[in-house]
Amino acid sequence: MLATIGALALCVIGVHRHEPINALWILTAAVCVYLLGYRFYGAWIAARVLSVDATRATPAERNENGRDFVPTHRWIVFGHHFAAIAGPGPLVGPTLAAQFGYLPGTLWILAGAVLGGCVQDMTILLLSTRRNGSSLGQMARDELGPVGGIAALTGTFAIMVILIAVLGLVVVNAMKHSPWATSTVLSTIPVALFIGLYLRIVRPGRVIEGSLLGAALVLLGVIAGGWVNQSPTLRPLFDHPGLPLAGCVIAYGWIAAILPVWLLLAPRDYLSTFLKLGTVIALAIAIVIMHPLIKMPALTQFTDGSGPLFGGKVFPFVFITIACGSVSGFHALIASGTTPKLISSEGDVRLVGYGAMALEALVAIMAMIAATLLDPGVFFAINVGTGIAGAAPDAAAATISSWGFPVTVQEMQALARQMGESSLFARTGGAPSLAVGMASIFGTTFGRGLASLWYHFAIMFEAVFILTTVDAGTRVARFMLQDLLGQLWRPMARTSWYPAVLSSSALVVAAWGYFLYIGVIDPNGGVNILWPLFGIANQMLAAIALSIATGILVKARPPRYALVTALPLAWLTIVTTTAAWQKIVSTDARVGFFAAARDLAGQLASGKLSPDRAAVAPQLIFNQRLDGWLTLFFAGLLWLVIADTARLSIRRLRGLPTPRGSENPYRPSRFQAGES
Amino acid sequence: MSKLRLLGGAARNLWRWLRAASGDDAYERYVAHTSQAHPARPVLSARAFYDERQRRKWSGINRCC
Repeated sequence: MLATIGALALCVIGVHRHEPINALWILTAAVCVYLLGYRFYGAWIAARVLSVDATRATPAERNENGRDFVPTHRWIVFGHHFAAIAGPGPLVGPTLAAQFGYLPGTLWILAGAVLGGCVQDMTILLLSTRRNGSSLGQMARDELGPVGGIAALTGTFAIMVILIAVLGLVVVNAMKHSPWATSTVLSTIPVALFIGLYLRIVRPGRVIEGSLLGAALVLLGVIAGGWVNQSPTLRPLFDHPGLPLAGCVIAYGWIAAILPVWLLLAPRDYLSTFLKLGTVIALAIAIVIMHPLIKMPALTQFTDGSGPLFGGKVFPFVFITIACGSVSGFHALIASGTTPKLISSEGDVRLVGYGAMALEALVAIMAMIAATLLDPGVFFAINVGTGIAGAAPDAAAATISSWGFPVTVQEMQALARQMGESSLFARTGGAPSLAVGMASIFGTTFGRGLASLWYHFAIMFEAVFILTTVDAGTRVARFMLQDLLGQLWRPMARTSWYPAVLSSSALVVAAWGYFLYIGVIDPNGGVNILWPLFGIANQMLAAIALSIATGILVKARPPRYALVTALPLAWLTIVTTTAAWQKIVSTDARVGFFAAARDLAGQLASGKLSPDRAAVAPQLIFNQRLDGWLTLFFAGLLWLVIADTARLSIRRLRGLPTPRGSENPYRPSRFQAGES
Repeated sequence: MSKLRLLGGAARNLWRWLRAASGDDAYERYVAHTSQAHPARPVLSARAFYDERQRRKWSGINRCC
């Protein structure tokens, strides 16, 4: 039954290649594909490849302490795990990849998740559960050796820095010259502080009350932002260009990372989780009710590499751009952290590992729908930077129309007025176009005339959990840095010693602050450079995780079962290496980092640049070269791990001695199989 | 009547799930566990437990992109 509906939906997508298709078909196809993947492929891997054994005691049962090791009901672990893996990534990636048309991104979100992402998450979750919940870095060290361990740690740190920078850039671009968005995002900070005090002092630990109260207050903040926008005295106070806003985000990141967690981070996270789940559910309902037509073509001419959002052909760049919705190495860090300490039975890993990732992919599909239901002309007008389309609105409209996606200045002005913004041209980063898409879905479904409120609700919703990531990411990167510096000078590792905390936080913030600053001064929007770099880093981490899994699975019988992780590993290696190669050696200035640096240096030398662009050109040139070297470093790291895995796998297959690994010996579970 | 009771049961289950999933009942669980498994150990106050729980939660990676 399910298979029939799924096949029908996929057929409809196949047949409608050259005419607008209804979004409901895409959603139906996705739901069916994920359910089938879960029911058959997921179950087969769990039973045969991983030999999931519900009679085997999990770390939560062995080490139960009522604090971090707590045997927990599987649906509750599912909720925890999904809340942890779902971030702003699956919303931004599909929006950017929509420049190729809806088809490449959608197919990758379907296939990548079922065959790659879900498998990775479930496998790492089980392997970590069998190793007392040890982290990815520890597993890399124990199973592959010191090279793998160092690679996993460095990769994690690098991803963290680039991720925070690119997400900070998304928020800055959404707040730029938008008094409504800026005041609303700002209002979430006092709300979070208030909830933090409430949850600690007034009613300790009453999380649901606190979240409800906070959600009501931030909604009030969205409405109050509208009043600010109308007020001639308040409006100028919140109307700022990108650079001062970036300064504020950087200062916020530093302060937030050194405050006690209960004051700002924890309450903000409760709020964002609450809003996230509510919005995702509302979006799904609204898409079903509204069943909008997809206006973007299945494929655009930009598959040839001339894309205006970012340069590069559909292969390999669609697979780099959409990381979090299909395969995300970052998930492996979550699946080997808190979650395995809550699993009460090995039988739950399929629901938690495979299931939560499938749901995350569904969120990415909805982001893709929200991006592609816009008129393509409008989509490109919002997402293309001034460096490509031109700074003046009429020039931008003319350029975009000349690509075959007609759009007029009047149309854009009317849309901006409707959304309560002064302009929607060149609002790069993905958040504004996603907000316009969500506002048009919610606006038609839940009340017309409220589009501007929905738009700013969507911006606030993205900003809240991006700022949570900025805060939490800076903190984790700081712990990693303190750990590293502590090896050089012992006192630096003390997490309660203020000089160590302040200086290491400042170092981390300076690292991502640099990339954020460059992104803001870049006339092409910055996201076009940072996002591919993030994608390459994230897929590289996924490849490291899959290497660890493959290295362990070759011990299984028969060894060919290791192909379930070796094949996605091979695909990611091909994709990441090709992308990195093109980013390094391509002579096309829109693709290659070094080519772009040469191109800009040439323009600067011949005096072709306007004075304001010439002023920032040296920094941009330096940054392009730095990004080129970083890419080379990531690719080198990846191949090092792969070579190490190959060496170990061959030794294992030949029966030669290898690292012993750290799997816990079997101990029977007190719980009856399937009971929890 | 029985339908109402069924509905009430479903609502109670949902509420219980929501409390457990959000960590709303974490303190009650901790008190129950400690008093049962380690009766000799002193029990933390609600605020001290909340502080410690947040510190532990946010010292590792538990939020993603």
